[in-house]
Amino acid sequence: MDNLLNIFIKSAFVENMVLSYFIGMCSFLAVSKTVKTAIGLGAAVIFVLALTVPINWIISELVLGPNGIFKTDLTFLRFILFIASIAASVQLVEMAVEKYSPSLYNALGIFLPLITVNCAILGAALFMVARSYNFSESVVYGVGSGIGWALAIVAMAAIREKIRYSDVPAPLRGLGITFILTGLMGLAFMALMGINPAKYM
Amino acid sequence: MKDTLIKFFERIEPDKEKSPLLHTAYDAFFTFAFTPKTVTKDGVHIRDGMDLKRTMVIVVLALQLCYLFGTLNIGHQHFLALGKYDDNLLEGFHLKLFYGLVQILPIWVVTHVVGLGIEFLFAAKKKHAVEEGFLVTGALIPLIMPPDIPLWILSLSIVFAVILGKEAFGGTGMNVVNIALLARVFVFFAYPGTISGDEVWVAGLTKAGEGGMAEYGWFHLNVLNPLFGSLGWSQFEAGLPVIDGYSGATPLALASKGGWDAVMAHYSPAQMFWGFIPGSIGETSKPFIIIGALTLIMTGIASWRIMVSMVLGMAFMGLLLNAWNFDAYMNIPWYQHFSMGSFLFAMAFMATDPVTAASTNRGKWIYGFLIGMIGLIIRVMNPAYPEGWMLAILFLNVFAPLIDHFVLQSNINKRMQNVQ
Repeated sequence: MDNLLNIFIKSAFVENMVLSYFIGMCSFLAVSKTVKTAIGLGAAVIFVLALTVPINWIISELVLGPNGIFKTDLTFLRFILFIASIAASVQLVEMAVEKYSPSLYNALGIFLPLITVNCAILGAALFMVARSYNFSESVVYGVGSGIGWALAIVAMAAIREKIRYSDVPAPLRGLGITFILTGLMGLAFMALMGINPAKYM
Repeated sequence: MKDTLIKFFERIEPDKEKSPLLHTAYDAFFTFAFTPKTVTKDGVHIRDGMDLKRTMVIVVLALQLCYLFGTLNIGHQHFLALGKYDDNLLEGFHLKLFYGLVQILPIWVVTHVVGLGIEFLFAAKKKHAVEEGFLVTGALIPLIMPPDIPLWILSLSIVFAVILGKEAFGGTGMNVVNIALLARVFVFFAYPGTISGDEVWVAGLTKAGEGGMAEYGWFHLNVLNPLFGSLGWSQFEAGLPVIDGYSGATPLALASKGGWDAVMAHYSPAQMFWGFIPGSIGETSKPFIIIGALTLIMTGIASWRIMVSMVLGMAFMGLLLNAWNFDAYMNIPWYQHFSMGSFLFAMAFMATDPVTAASTNRGKWIYGFLIGMIGLIIRVMNPAYPEGWMLAILFLNVFAPLIDHFVLQSNINKRMQNVQ
């Protein structure tokens, strides 16, 4: 239980996907224009991560692993199967969003299906393998890194709404200033780096 | 007298088209001293002497006592390490004052030359008058640096903070994070050796511990010493050894090692309150910071909501940590955290920056409270950083627009019910 809390805090804040590993940047930069759509995409990413990291754990341990159902080491198939399971769950999310919130569906546009190739999703699955988490740890890790990613994109969207009328020098408008902002946010998130929750448990 | 001065200024006014940079600089200094030439003549306008320049000057004035004490304290800490003139601040007053001045003046001058230079450059490029934003930033930066900071690192940090933190976003009033803190955080992560550890908070020693000795520059030995000698006053003695058992550790460094007992072995609560402790130049003297904070509150420049909620947030977190009581650091009585480190300085002058703080009233309460909580968590629980306020404020600067967004949204939702 202590260990799970530790993994959650670490994945959401200390080792934030966007601001400390700088992965999952494409949709982070593209969909952070308004808070409303950012919250929508953030929620979608939390959901997809919470679904796919445990699914991928099952695939990698029970299907592909040497102790899996085939009793052979099939780990070279990891990437392709991870992507396949991610694509399937994104399809699920897409159908749900289209049914229950058409406006959000239109606002997110192409970036909703593109969650499939969002490097944060595959990144989380590969981190889960590299750190050899067990099943419950991978559930917590998926939820935690999803929340961290959503937090970053929502904060970024609020800042971008605020600076919409700022007199940003013309060459920097749009993506340029967003990159600078991401760097500054990364500096601010350094505040939490170094805290080791495990020490207090 | 005044007329001749104005005439003189008008005579030297550079041509706006030919040399925009010179004209911008001229305009900045002229409007700083006198009323601008273009003033509203007719029509209904609200007129008030309280423009941006005057607002900022009040903040600068509120910082002057911190400068005064900081200057003296640089000298005081230096001689404390050598075991001389250590009974009270006024003993060896001329040595302490001049020692402090020689340390702080270059920092102040470099800060302003570099910062204002960039500001003038960008204003000339954009073809509009200089925005006065750097007045306050320039007054704050020397106060949050260690006294021995190498000047080239200082200039680099200011270039980084002013260009990437402010000018890239469109200048004064558009920045997302606090510029002075951005400069400090740059030094902190790029050159950690100059701004952390026990050695850096006391100026002019080869090293703080055993075997260290006093170091003086050419100016001290060849200009100040003959001057004091001719007046019959005491002089600087080069090569004086650092006294036994002196480490130069700040209260926070001691607290992270041994908790409250370790702090009390070196400093008394009164000493920490009055500010006779090593630290960044301006952060040590609590009474003078409180006077500055009250000035800002009374003139309505800084938000009292942020200050109060920040105190509440830290008290709340302090009580929680006291109750948890996991290690010696958490055991430190919550009210003692106020006088260690830079809490009050950060509260009065950093968190209240009206540009980067939350701007709704309810948002300010949340913003301050969270800074108080997160800052204390970083101070006590993060072994990587000795002090938390700089990073906690930057962290909340990033989230301030989000807090405002949700406060606005909840206000809108509440009123929507009345509409229907």
